[in-house]
Amino acid sequence: MPKSALTGSRIREHRLMRGLKQADLARQIGISASYLNLIEHNRRRIGGKTLLSLSEVLGIDPSILSQGAERAVVAELQDAAASDADTVVELDQIEDLVARFPGWAAKITAQHRRLRALEQTVGGLNDRLTHDPVLSDKMHEVLSTVSAIRSTASILVATPDLGAEWQARFYSNIDTESRRLADSSASMAAHLDHLSRKEASSATPLEAVFAALDSRGYHLEELEKGATPEELAGKMAEVDSEEARELALDYFANYRADAAAMPQDEFTQAAIELKFDPAGLATRFNVPLEAAFRRLASLPRSATVPDIGLVSCDAAGALLARKSPSGLALPWFGAGCPLWPLYTALRSPGVPIRQVIESEDRAQFIALALAHPSGPLRFDHPPVYQAIMLLIAQDAEVSESAIQVGSSCRVCARTHCAARREPTVITQS
Amino acid sequence: MSKSVLLVEDEPNIIEAISFLLERDGWTVRIHSQGSDAVEAVERVKPNVLVLDVMLPGRSGFDILKDLRNDNTTKDLPILMLTARGQTKDRELAESYGVSHFMTKPFSNEEMLGKVRELYAASTDKV
Repeated sequence: MPKSALTGSRIREHRLMRGLKQADLARQIGISASYLNLIEHNRRRIGGKTLLSLSEVLGIDPSILSQGAERAVVAELQDAAASDADTVVELDQIEDLVARFPGWAAKITAQHRRLRALEQTVGGLNDRLTHDPVLSDKMHEVLSTVSAIRSTASILVATPDLGAEWQARFYSNIDTESRRLADSSASMAAHLDHLSRKEASSATPLEAVFAALDSRGYHLEELEKGATPEELAGKMAEVDSEEARELALDYFANYRADAAAMPQDEFTQAAIELKFDPAGLATRFNVPLEAAFRRLASLPRSATVPDIGLVSCDAAGALLARKSPSGLALPWFGAGCPLWPLYTALRSPGVPIRQVIESEDRAQFIALALAHPSGPLRFDHPPVYQAIMLLIAQDAEVSESAIQVGSSCRVCARTHCAARREPTVITQS
Repeated sequence: MSKSVLLVEDEPNIIEAISFLLERDGWTVRIHSQGSDAVEAVERVKPNVLVLDVMLPGRSGFDILKDLRNDNTTKDLPILMLTARGQTKDRELAESYGVSHFMTKPFSNEEMLGKVRELYAASTDKV
């Protein structure tokens, strides 16, 4: 796997563009030149205050330097490459593509997502074609009409000595059939529109909610200011199906309850004071630990609030929420890395787990994970568990005992990993 | 004696186009538009090649094909099936009943004519 050359290389690029020496820039932001050198060579992850200081000195937006979004784009591009094995692409140059042509990279990933959604739509329509007799009949009528038009038009073109009477008859036939085609295709379109509204959605319901939350950085300002979940769902273009709306409303209801129990300003102040310790915050605000996890991840990133990621899953490991922190791109599709403490937590419900993990980008995070019942406990009913994991970026401290994890097997190059469940696409180049 | 085709099809404009093409190619074309008595029409006309639609009023082309293949006098008749139902399961069903060739709509005129000629040629080679 190529290292994530993005952030460090970009910092170096911007520094050189401004004619700054490494030592001068390092001094201005208050770090050693050797540490900046490591950052520029992508051997140290950068985030939080250091990133903000660097972007300020270089006079650019921090998001331009931030690697989180870019890493996610890289992972999606790798997935896009894997989805079409017939087309050989330069896998080792994906990061260059993202760095040099971010607009094209975003376009490709958007199209890849759209393609995945359309494949699901086609699958759904194919099933419908097989099992829906009304649609099948309409399709039959369209194809029969097209067949008549095609044959008749070919005769007109290929038979120069056609008599006037035949010509007139065939023109009349084409006119009749084209009118019929217009009617039958309009009828089929109406039928499809009516029946396949669900399949025509731009993404699966969960992906639509992920997209909506991603675009807002998981901080929902409207709910903080008292809007209802219904009002917010109505404003989100991504939430484009009834199923997505249902999921979004559930999420928003939890968010609103968390915001009410842990008001943003008070919670932010307490979080800074308690060094973002969710257990301490849960105690202070008298909320379950998982609620403190969620609330921490909803805080907008700032000079005093570090980059915090969040991922949750059900007992089958399917992702229910995913907020990627810089340096660890969480997957949009399928399951995550089996080595995440998130999954370890499912083995011991109710027992909080703390573990330092390191991504392929060498970004380190304190991963705090917990499995908890997803509803009230009842006698004679087996509890249903969910797991949640908070990822707090470690800026400068490096732990030697960090667990090496990835995003998901498809886009992870740790080839000798015992937890691997499928081959990576990274080494196929 | 000229070679003959029986076209069992219920779409008037397809009938007109196909029969025009076949007649210009030297075939004697007979038309039948009902599925319910198509087997009897085949026995009566005794064509050299049968062009058979699947969706017909009264009876499906698959049932007609099955009956023809179970009859000693028509079991070797070259049969070209034309259908807008081009799904794999339809093709497999037609093949399991012994169709000579299965062609999905929309088809090109050259493709259809070429296949009729080919099926006829193959049947005369056998004799």
